[in-house]
Amino acid sequence: MSDIKLKIIDRDGELHEVDAPTDMNMNLMEVVRSYELAPEGTIGICGGMAMCASCQCYVKSDHQLPEKSDDEEAMLAEAFFVEDNSRLGCQIHITEDLDGLEVELAPAED
Amino acid sequence: MIKTDILIIGAGPTGLFAVFEAGLLKLKCHLIDALPQPGGQCAEIYPKKPIYDIPGFPEVLAGDLVDNLMEQIKPFQPGFTLGERAETIDKLDDGTFVVTTNKGTKHHAPIVAIAGGLGSFEPRKPLLENLAKYEDNGVAYMIKEPEIYRGKKVLIAGGGDSALDWSIFLANVADEVTLVHRRNEFRGALDSVEKVQQLKNEGKINLITPAEVVALKGENKLEKVTVKNTTTSDLTDVEVDNFIPLFGLSPKLGPIANWGLEIEKNAIKVDNTLDYQTNIPGIYAIGDVNTYPGKLKLILCGFHEATLMCQSAYQKIFPDKKYVMKYTTVGGVTGFDGSKKEAPKAVVKAID
Repeated sequence: MSDIKLKIIDRDGELHEVDAPTDMNMNLMEVVRSYELAPEGTIGICGGMAMCASCQCYVKSDHQLPEKSDDEEAMLAEAFFVEDNSRLGCQIHITEDLDGLEVELAPAED
Repeated sequence: MIKTDILIIGAGPTGLFAVFEAGLLKLKCHLIDALPQPGGQCAEIYPKKPIYDIPGFPEVLAGDLVDNLMEQIKPFQPGFTLGERAETIDKLDDGTFVVTTNKGTKHHAPIVAIAGGLGSFEPRKPLLENLAKYEDNGVAYMIKEPEIYRGKKVLIAGGGDSALDWSIFLANVADEVTLVHRRNEFRGALDSVEKVQQLKNEGKINLITPAEVVALKGENKLEKVTVKNTTTSDLTDVEVDNFIPLFGLSPKLGPIANWGLEIEKNAIKVDNTLDYQTNIPGIYAIGDVNTYPGKLKLILCGFHEATLMCQSAYQKIFPDKKYVMKYTTVGGVTGFDGSKKEAPKAVVKAID
């Protein structure tokens, strides 16, 4: 099983290049938490059910990502700081196709 | 003043189960929760989601788990202060505590168990420049008394159940109801969506989508809101008396953060080698609100923490009493309401 490389810009603007496993059933929000790139309690608050927007991120590279589910669309419609390239990290599954993905974490709501 | 043995802050699954474990030790509990109903996140955020890791339940809906817990603790007659947020704590000379809510309700107990989860749920406020200026002056985040909107021009923003339900309700109370949402699609119960459609067709609800409120205007009170069409970027001013953004709730640790407790990673540090007590003797933290090495925010872990906390609380309240843990299969469950549940006695009878 192979790891992929991700580029994640944290909320302070710092770039982190991290390895993410494709065989651990992980999503992008969980990768961010596992590397503690955002303080605990400020990301993944709902646990990954697309019911808060604390894991919102902006996709900077032109990777083909899976379509947004209705739940993700609806949550992003109520989130703040939303841009055209906004996604919820918890809804992005880590797969080999995402090797080299670059994302920036959206600001925390408070 | 409400008096109890263990004052539990937070009526989520961990807090509710603590009532049961305390009850087995004949300790009474009272719970405070900022939400209007017990169940915490399970009831507020995901009542219809199945949970698969509650021991003994291959699958249980979060809402059903809460209902079951409420049934399980009923014999122990817990008290509830709901819809109020625990604000301050005072330690009295005898070592007991008084916890006061934001509405001034006072609770007195020798033991305080914080089972506050992610914190108390507060309305999410939109990011508008002069929002605070109009709070209680035309802007509200919750509808407490619908009657105050009678004859008024009300603009509601949001796309979930509460935005839909209040638009429907106020359509028959207010003079004008405008509903603004960023998308054309709404996330709510099907009949609410259909009802809004019907009221829109009848001209009782003015629906503006896809759009968002981008500015608030008014001298001393709110007079107009500027609505931006998110497709065309056109700006329109809508005359209103009230603006009610309903963007759901998000949890905040809130005033508990100022109680002098040791906080790490937005959670309360506890002694996980013993009893989940905080740095203040007599105050415990259990469930998602606490942290210790290896902490997992799981309901099943909260149940365990609640159980050990109750044993420690018993020792603190009755330092001189000897006690050994009793299995419910042996001792049964004797409620404060006089009810008694116990294993049926085996029949002893000779066979000829």
